[in-house]
Amino acid sequence: METIYGILDRLLPFAWMQHTFMKHAFLAVLLMTPLLGMLGTVIVQKKMAFFSDALGHSAIMGIAIGVVFGVANVNAVMIVFAVLFALLLNKIEQKRAESADTIISVFSSCSIAAGLMLLSGSGNFNKYSGLLVGDVLSITEIEILYLAGAFVLALVFWVLGFNRLLAAGMHRVLAKSRGISVKLVESLFVVLVAVIVTISIKCIGVLLINALLIIPVASAKNIAVNMREYHFFSILFSLFSGMSGLIVSYYINAATGPMIVVIASVIYFVTFAYSRVE
Amino acid sequence: MRQLQKPCGLHCIKVHHFGVTLDHQVILQDVNLHIHCGKLTVIVGKNGAGKSTLIRAMLGEIPHEGKIAYQYQKKGFVQKKLKIGYVPQGLNIDKHTPVSVYDFMAAYLSRVPVFLRKSKRVYEEVRQCLSLLHAEDCIDKQLCNLSGGQLQRVLISLALTQEPQLLLLDEPAAGIDKNGMDLFYSTIDTLKKSYDLAIIMISHDLEYVKKYADEVILLNKKVLKRGTAGEVFESREFREQFGMAAVPAGR
Repeated sequence: METIYGILDRLLPFAWMQHTFMKHAFLAVLLMTPLLGMLGTVIVQKKMAFFSDALGHSAIMGIAIGVVFGVANVNAVMIVFAVLFALLLNKIEQKRAESADTIISVFSSCSIAAGLMLLSGSGNFNKYSGLLVGDVLSITEIEILYLAGAFVLALVFWVLGFNRLLAAGMHRVLAKSRGISVKLVESLFVVLVAVIVTISIKCIGVLLINALLIIPVASAKNIAVNMREYHFFSILFSLFSGMSGLIVSYYINAATGPMIVVIASVIYFVTFAYSRVE
Repeated sequence: MRQLQKPCGLHCIKVHHFGVTLDHQVILQDVNLHIHCGKLTVIVGKNGAGKSTLIRAMLGEIPHEGKIAYQYQKKGFVQKKLKIGYVPQGLNIDKHTPVSVYDFMAAYLSRVPVFLRKSKRVYEEVRQCLSLLHAEDCIDKQLCNLSGGQLQRVLISLALTQEPQLLLLDEPAAGIDKNGMDLFYSTIDTLKKSYDLAIIMISHDLEYVKKYADEVILLNKKVLKRGTAGEVFESREFREQFGMAAVPAGR
């Protein structure tokens, strides 16, 4: 880590970079935003925004289970819970039930309510309120390592599986008829989303995580005409919102997560206007 | 029955006793088909008659009874796995979806991640596939901006890359205008004459069915009537299913 700090000091000799917590936040944003921008491309294309939102909410329940059972590593409990929750929701989606969105909503509300209930039981819910909007400035080294691990995992999956994921998203029966194991690739994808959403919750919060998955991608969709542009702009907008949000929030003393989302939203409206003018 | 210029007719596909039951409801029962290469077989029937289910069952997408056999009659050789090219009605895309025709085709044909780079080799391969159906101009267009006819040609050229012995088309011409329709059916006609494959199509366009189909199958849970378009359209079974109004004029 010290080597990385040294490099950061040399590359970015700014006042805001002097603090260790800002170095941590910088690294976290550097890893997290491109990742969310990349995953978001498929979430938007497959119309899974509601699904990923529900997944974010499930984190509260994951934390509650960890706290109630006194598990030392709450992160691990959150990840396991989110993965199981994601697979369950995916199963409901794949059944193609008429009311899949209603059922997902029930599960999502239930898990957030039960989680809040359990956490407030001990009378110290304030301790967890940071989870709602996140706190990127209190990220620890170990959490950065988690993010780095997820980053590598996601890249590998994307390079090996993206074509099949796209093919399955276009038409399930067509993809199956060409020998693509649609269920497997979709399940792997939701597990990946679950892991990354859970790890990112600490930085950006339950309420805003979905914004970062959706808004930069929606902006990219406004102007891109093929998959390469779509990924490029999505990752660019996501990274730019993250970095500028971090720096601006430092100077104007605002919460970082919301700042990032506000900047991402501004980009969305600009690209929206651009696409309409064009 | 239209005469083929180069009749082969030695390959045939037999569907034996196909049955599908979903949620305790019988959708298809004892469906038997016998289809030769170089022939266009059209399945007609009311909504909910099980046409799409039959196609999905033939693809192995849903559990079913019965089996499909592919035979080369000269040698009595039965190939185990029939290669089926599937052409869906449309795709799950809405406006502004940033997927180009190249992205779409390459996602199915290649392992080179389409989000990373455009591979020259794959691009050339895709262009050649598309040129079989004179759709190579579409390669860099967005899928969502194609006309119904263009999209169908892209989908068919994708299906042909598998070198199928059987082409399954699920209501391919829905939402195509009159000119597109003429072009579409004449393309299908060329396909069956120039490739060694059998074609099964679901269609509601009875005018075109009458003109182009070699065999028509009237389906409602089971095969009610089969024969040439004329025979089927004039049958009692057809009138019972559709009423008089549906019979194409000139009969």
